[in-house]
Amino acid sequence: MTGLWAVLITTFLASAVEAIEMVTIVVGVGATRGWRSTVIGVASGFGVLAVTVVILGAALSAIPIGPLRLVIGALLLVFGLQWFRKGVMRVAARGLAGIGGSDPQGDADQWRGVGMDWTAWFLAFKGVVLEGLEVAIIVVSFGAGANQLGGAVIGGVGAIIIVGGIGLLLHRTVRRIPRSLLQLIVGVLLTTFGTFWALEGLGVEWPGGDASIPGLLVVYAATALFYITLERNRALGLRPAA
Amino acid sequence: MPPPFSWIVAIGRFLYNFIVGDDWTMAAAVAIGLMLTAVLNVNHIVAWWLIPLIVVSMLGISLRRASRKAR
Repeated sequence: MTGLWAVLITTFLASAVEAIEMVTIVVGVGATRGWRSTVIGVASGFGVLAVTVVILGAALSAIPIGPLRLVIGALLLVFGLQWFRKGVMRVAARGLAGIGGSDPQGDADQWRGVGMDWTAWFLAFKGVVLEGLEVAIIVVSFGAGANQLGGAVIGGVGAIIIVGGIGLLLHRTVRRIPRSLLQLIVGVLLTTFGTFWALEGLGVEWPGGDASIPGLLVVYAATALFYITLERNRALGLRPAA
Repeated sequence: MPPPFSWIVAIGRFLYNFIVGDDWTMAAAVAIGLMLTAVLNVNHIVAWWLIPLIVVSMLGISLRRASRKAR
């Protein structure tokens, strides 16, 4: 059984990675085109995400835990490996830099009309749904795999509230959060739990049972450090000593 | 393409990008690794080491390929 804290931390960090872009888009749209339609767009987007989480959660709860862990473990393993790879490449290239750049909606036209601004609504809605859909799938599948769906939802929602709060109060600070490093940490965590659950689902016995999870985590974290160093050396044109 | 089909294609594209992503060979290696692990396990051979080994080596291969492409 995976502990509640592991579920909270993993889903919190995974949601934070996507929430940074989500909040950047929403704050950009709100600041340039006005807040009323943007907030309605955000609420509509979260409505769609909430329905997705409920439907997906109900569907996954109906599957027995053995096959569920195999399917979810394999999914998280493949998906986590992608973030692991991207995280290594980005941290090697950019270190702890945030997403930087100018506001994505900074060039949007100012809205001076009355009533609903459908452009602002659509931009905010699209930002929330597109950035949030991956989070919804990760949160539900991770929560179902760990049998801690409630904890996973709390972790995911908590990250969106905290990053959203920072975005509203300190607009530019959100862009300085080291998203690549967060993505790497989440990639390592998802790959670790994905490996563990997929093999458990196949009926494989881990040496030490659940105690092998920290062992896997250490191996994958060391792998990340090794490949970051290697990528940096490659970028600098250095060759390993013979 | 009319709406119902274009939606199905869009959902399929999203799921492919979401699950498989930039490098399909890593997903394929994991799938093959899981099948091999199942075969070893059915034959009572210790198999927990195979997937971590595939993860570590495929990551290295994929990163090397990406940095060669970038040059």
